[in-house]
Amino acid sequence: MRVQLQRRQGTFFIDVVFQSDEDGITALFGPSGAGKSSIINMVAGLQRPDAGSVFIRGRCLFDSTRGVNLPPEKRNVGYVFQEGLLFPHLSVRGNLLYGRGREQSGGEGVDFDQVIALLGIAHLLSRKPETLSGGEKQRVAFGRAVLSNPDVLLMDEPLASLDEARKTEMLPFIKELNARFNIPILYVSHSLEEILALTGKVIKLADGRIVS
Amino acid sequence: MIFSPLTPMEVDALLLSLKVAFWAVLCSLPLGIALAWVLSRLDFPGKSLLDGLLHLPLVLPPVVIGYLLLVGLGRNGVIGKVLYEQFGISIAFTWKGAVAASAVMAFPLLVRAVRLSMETVDKRLEMAARTLGAGPGRVFFTITLPLSIPGVVTGMVLAFARSLGEFGATITFVSNIPGRTQTLPLALYTMTQTPDGEAAALRLCIIAVLIALLALIGSNWLEKRLARHRG
Repeated sequence: MRVQLQRRQGTFFIDVVFQSDEDGITALFGPSGAGKSSIINMVAGLQRPDAGSVFIRGRCLFDSTRGVNLPPEKRNVGYVFQEGLLFPHLSVRGNLLYGRGREQSGGEGVDFDQVIALLGIAHLLSRKPETLSGGEKQRVAFGRAVLSNPDVLLMDEPLASLDEARKTEMLPFIKELNARFNIPILYVSHSLEEILALTGKVIKLADGRIVS
Repeated sequence: MIFSPLTPMEVDALLLSLKVAFWAVLCSLPLGIALAWVLSRLDFPGKSLLDGLLHLPLVLPPVVIGYLLLVGLGRNGVIGKVLYEQFGISIAFTWKGAVAASAVMAFPLLVRAVRLSMETVDKRLEMAARTLGAGPGRVFFTITLPLSIPGVVTGMVLAFARSLGEFGATITFVSNIPGRTQTLPLALYTMTQTPDGEAAALRLCIIAVLIALLALIGSNWLEKRLARHRG
């Protein structure tokens, strides 16, 4: 994944260039307000950069010089939001299957049974999201994103809404998803502890710029 | 007299009212939902003008709407003339004209209810759906619309009730022809203008109240069912 982005938001200016591996977990670390979320929103196509380019697995998703700007549904990125954002009117199964229609860009699709077994959510399939605990919701959100066969998983503070004990429980799931299904993860967090437990590849961000 | 069976005229007026209201709601629903979506999701120049135009039937005297319909859709009207000469369709002075009048009058209420409901749908849920590969059309039909159902139901009930009560635009556009365009409110009006019509007017009045009550009870039941269905 090669990312180069510039965007002005009021007086705030984001200007970053970074690369991450085709596998493994890369973390974007920085205090809140450093522009982390904006960056992955731009990668996902939910915000538009003023200039720059985004390539994932050699595929061009955005390139301001060539006028390329794929809409989010064509980018093949999985996104796990801080609040989960499960669809409240669908069952857990409906949520998990929502992204299944997407064609794959090479390789076999992720297996449904394997994912729900790994995440331990098989017993929740017929439940509605509002009846789930915070940790369960977030596991379903992981599953939903992985099952859409993304080229990369973007995670925006996926554990921020959970308490400490739950957070520690969730970290192995993230590592396992990455290792088992061979999907690279771009992980955004302001918690260094969380990040160090996941990966050694850390991109440090401050005031919209990369500091190391 | 008050409690004797319904007369043919009352039956006609009652059935016609229900038919007109039913079709008025059904015909305006797709456009109403589309417009509610446009107003709740898009920003474009002229949006406040569109919003204003949409609310006109709410603030203008209904007679004005009826007159405008006559000018537009009447047999010699701007659009009506083309419809009649090209396709032989004429809706002025027919029950279909009454449907048009009711639909226009009820339209702002329908759009408003749906729009309010759509505005409460978390836009990030739509974003989440798009990152899962759903294009704008699929997002609308699988996320936005299902989550706006409470507003759609409320809007339909309001529009149905408004249509049942429609008087001014209807009488102006399609007149007051018994059996053809004489809905319940028009029949009631006729009775108040007829010597010795008080008893008949009272009966029509009771019928109107009963229908309104039934519609309210029905919509309450529907809302409860929906709430339970959504867990």
